[in-house]
Amino acid sequence: MAMRTRSRLVVIGNGMAGARLVEEIIARDADAFEITMFGDEPYGNYNRILLSGVLAGTHDPKDIFINPLSWYEQARVRLHAGVRVARIDRDNRLVVGDDGRVEPYDRLVIATGSSAFVPPLDGLVTDTGGYRDGVFVFRTLDDCAAIRRYAAGARRAAVIGGGLLGLEAARGLRELDVEVHVVHLMRHLMEVQLDEAAGSMLQAAMARLGVTTHLARRTTAVLGDARVSGLLFDDGTRLDCEMVVVSAGIRPNVALARDAGLAVERGIVVGDDLRTANDSGVYAIGECAQHRGQVYGLVAPLWEQAQVLAERLTNANAHAAYRGSRVSTKLKVMGVDLAVMGEKDAAEGDEVVHYAEPSRGVYKKMVVRNGQLAGAILLGDPDAAPALQQAFDRSLSLPDNRAELLFPSMRNEAPASAAALPDEAQICNCNGVTKGRIAKAVADGCRSLRALCDATRAGTGCGSCKPQVQQVLESCAGDAVVEDPATHYYVPGIPLRKPELVAQIRERHLRSVSSVFAAFAAGREDAKSKAGLASLLKTIWGAAYEDERDARFINDRVHANIQRDGTFSVVPRIYGGVTSAAQLRRIADVADKHQVPMVKITGGQRIDLLGIPKDKLPDVWRDLGMPSGHAYAKAFRTCKTCVGTEFCRYGVGDSTRLGIAIEQRFQGLESPHKMKLATAGCPRNCSEATTKDLGAVAIDGGRWEVYVGGGAGSKVRKGDLLCTVDTHDDVLQMMGRFMQYYREHARYLERTYDFVERIGIAHIRRLLVDDSDGLCAALDAAVQAAVDAFVDPWQEGTVPVHPLQFRTIVHTAGAEPVA
Amino acid sequence: MSLVTAPHSLGPIARIPLGEARVFHIEGRNVAVFRCRSGEVFATSADCPHGGGPLADGLVGSHSVICPLHGFVFDLRTGEAPGRECERLITHRVAVAANGELMLDLA
Repeated sequence: MAMRTRSRLVVIGNGMAGARLVEEIIARDADAFEITMFGDEPYGNYNRILLSGVLAGTHDPKDIFINPLSWYEQARVRLHAGVRVARIDRDNRLVVGDDGRVEPYDRLVIATGSSAFVPPLDGLVTDTGGYRDGVFVFRTLDDCAAIRRYAAGARRAAVIGGGLLGLEAARGLRELDVEVHVVHLMRHLMEVQLDEAAGSMLQAAMARLGVTTHLARRTTAVLGDARVSGLLFDDGTRLDCEMVVVSAGIRPNVALARDAGLAVERGIVVGDDLRTANDSGVYAIGECAQHRGQVYGLVAPLWEQAQVLAERLTNANAHAAYRGSRVSTKLKVMGVDLAVMGEKDAAEGDEVVHYAEPSRGVYKKMVVRNGQLAGAILLGDPDAAPALQQAFDRSLSLPDNRAELLFPSMRNEAPASAAALPDEAQICNCNGVTKGRIAKAVADGCRSLRALCDATRAGTGCGSCKPQVQQVLESCAGDAVVEDPATHYYVPGIPLRKPELVAQIRERHLRSVSSVFAAFAAGREDAKSKAGLASLLKTIWGAAYEDERDARFINDRVHANIQRDGTFSVVPRIYGGVTSAAQLRRIADVADKHQVPMVKITGGQRIDLLGIPKDKLPDVWRDLGMPSGHAYAKAFRTCKTCVGTEFCRYGVGDSTRLGIAIEQRFQGLESPHKMKLATAGCPRNCSEATTKDLGAVAIDGGRWEVYVGGGAGSKVRKGDLLCTVDTHDDVLQMMGRFMQYYREHARYLERTYDFVERIGIAHIRRLLVDDSDGLCAALDAAVQAAVDAFVDPWQEGTVPVHPLQFRTIVHTAGAEPVA
Repeated sequence: MSLVTAPHSLGPIARIPLGEARVFHIEGRNVAVFRCRSGEVFATSADCPHGGGPLADGLVGSHSVICPLHGFVFDLRTGEAPGRECERLITHRVAVAANGELMLDLA
């Protein structure tokens, strides 16, 4: 045998949390540990969320396995299935199984989960110590099998507990053709997640499905001799039934930890590093752990914990921290769609928005705090859930018209739910990816949107199908969906959000892309992160940015737009779309001289010369004698104009002169994504200024409306009115201010229309028009500095930054075999 | 079957800008040579099997390149596009000699 060099990791618990942790560790570094697991069920790891499906008979037990036993073998994980852990010996770093086996550890993770809480009822337990015949808990695959067997001979079942699990059990039993009664101690169903109104709607929906609910009833005894015959309540009434499923809550399994001397309150106490309070080699995650006073019983927090701990244990990110989860869940209770997130009741000062439609069983409620979603309940109408979930997860500013969130069809988008589409339906129209292919990738293990997009290329074109890809993911994976933390990072290769990244870059004076990788990724360069970092560093440091050409996308290395055959397109700048006979003649001459395969008028009122080989670019630029139009860059592109007052008989403002001034001022200004502008000389808006990233529309009286956040590309959005101003100079100032705010705060490749929606136009107006935070002077100064630093990049045609800047193929005259 | 071939000298490594790649035309084929910032060099077939994209124009990371046309990512060590339905690239051995010459082995 080889000598042991890897450190030994023992995981107690093979449930949703423990198995997920091991998967996450292996995904990061398969050789980091020698891994041993204990699981007290004799199986691999299965999806406990789907147990009600197994109970109902809609899922075959074998279909709910996430990791069958063979997986452990392939992953070289030693699993002791069906072995309970008897004790932990922390002094000697040993775990002892109830079959006597001893496993030494260097690191120990406790993921023992929880068990059903069973209240002490008379007659529940027989003299021999087991449950009376007909009494069950609902927690494991074996429980499901036992309930199903018994229900075949039963006519009426009672479920004690009207919480989430109890209703799941009721649903399962109902499918087995048993008459079901739910007995609940509290005054309404699912009181942890729902308010009273939602609880009673749910009760009505359940009644329609044939489930009877008994509220505010305390069960005191289970009746019957050998077998169950009924329940007795504290008010003296009784309910006849042949079986009882006790589902009165769960309790964290903490006995092992407590016996080992670890700090235990409700759960095993852990810090943000998920270590136990008094042993730095022992960690706890999942339903048995207590973090910042919270014990979580839903799956998403467990998976976030597993991810953080894997990051730490494998040193992928030794500083990863778990800071608690914003709890939300989506489920079907008795066939009724339910989504709940955050707080169900309003605190003082909160705004509550609700809508109830009892005849259809629809109930919607939002708790709004400081313009953000503090909580929501959606019953009977799942369509609004994705938008609410996103607003909740990302703390987005809500639209001023709150109804837009509760009624997504009002937003004119009403995407048909992808869940209902057939497998052959094409979801991604850029890359031709069908629903079936996406579903297969989910089945193959992709559980986050990013992993799914990477694997199938869906959503990697224009990106507008991403919400539908997410829907397919959710419908196929259910609660197994994970949110990839990288979606919040500014670039995928550096684990920081934009504000933290910017602060770190400034603090540590990181002026080049390679220095950022050195500081945060141990020098590991992520190709997908380079262009975004280059854009950010240029915005932060301006002239002091240390340009590294390899961090740029090819378009920005050669200042032209790469085409499908590897040639490039050349678009010279034509300010405001106003040209002249002499300029057109010159362009024509260049087209002739260089035999340009296609000359085309663009949508931005310019002329595109297409099919230019890379090494010809400097010649074409020289012969044109015009500056770059930046048609290739994430930057200010163009300002489309109409003829305005100069010739148009309707014009009320000089849109042509304004457009030229805008383009002269902001040409080439780099930004998180491209910026396309327009000016219109009257509200007829012939230049389509209201669907541009920034637009100015003249109105009678000599004034200008400034719009931001419009677009008519993969997404169509009318811009929001930022302000109405008096002069061209005012327009330039407000546009520059907005551009700088966008440059500083948008995510990379976030168009203004997504940015404005995310921040909220009301907030942007306060900041940029009212100057509520005193930012305006600094924004104006910063954009002025960026404007002053402008250099036409086509000058590199005569002074290249590298002798082979415009060459792809290097001549290899000397490439003879060496003797 | 194949003869033992000697490596080709492609000239000084400085011909390839740091962190970028260039194409060398040798014995009837186009070979992209990548010069990573780590100092490692890699050589692969020059065109993306998916749409013929010029890989030497792609963004280069540690052991990876992104095709500039449609964003396929290839592992420069193996030529594979992990997780994607795309053929792999042909890889060649390449090294920098002590005198700074780039040496490519087409064998």
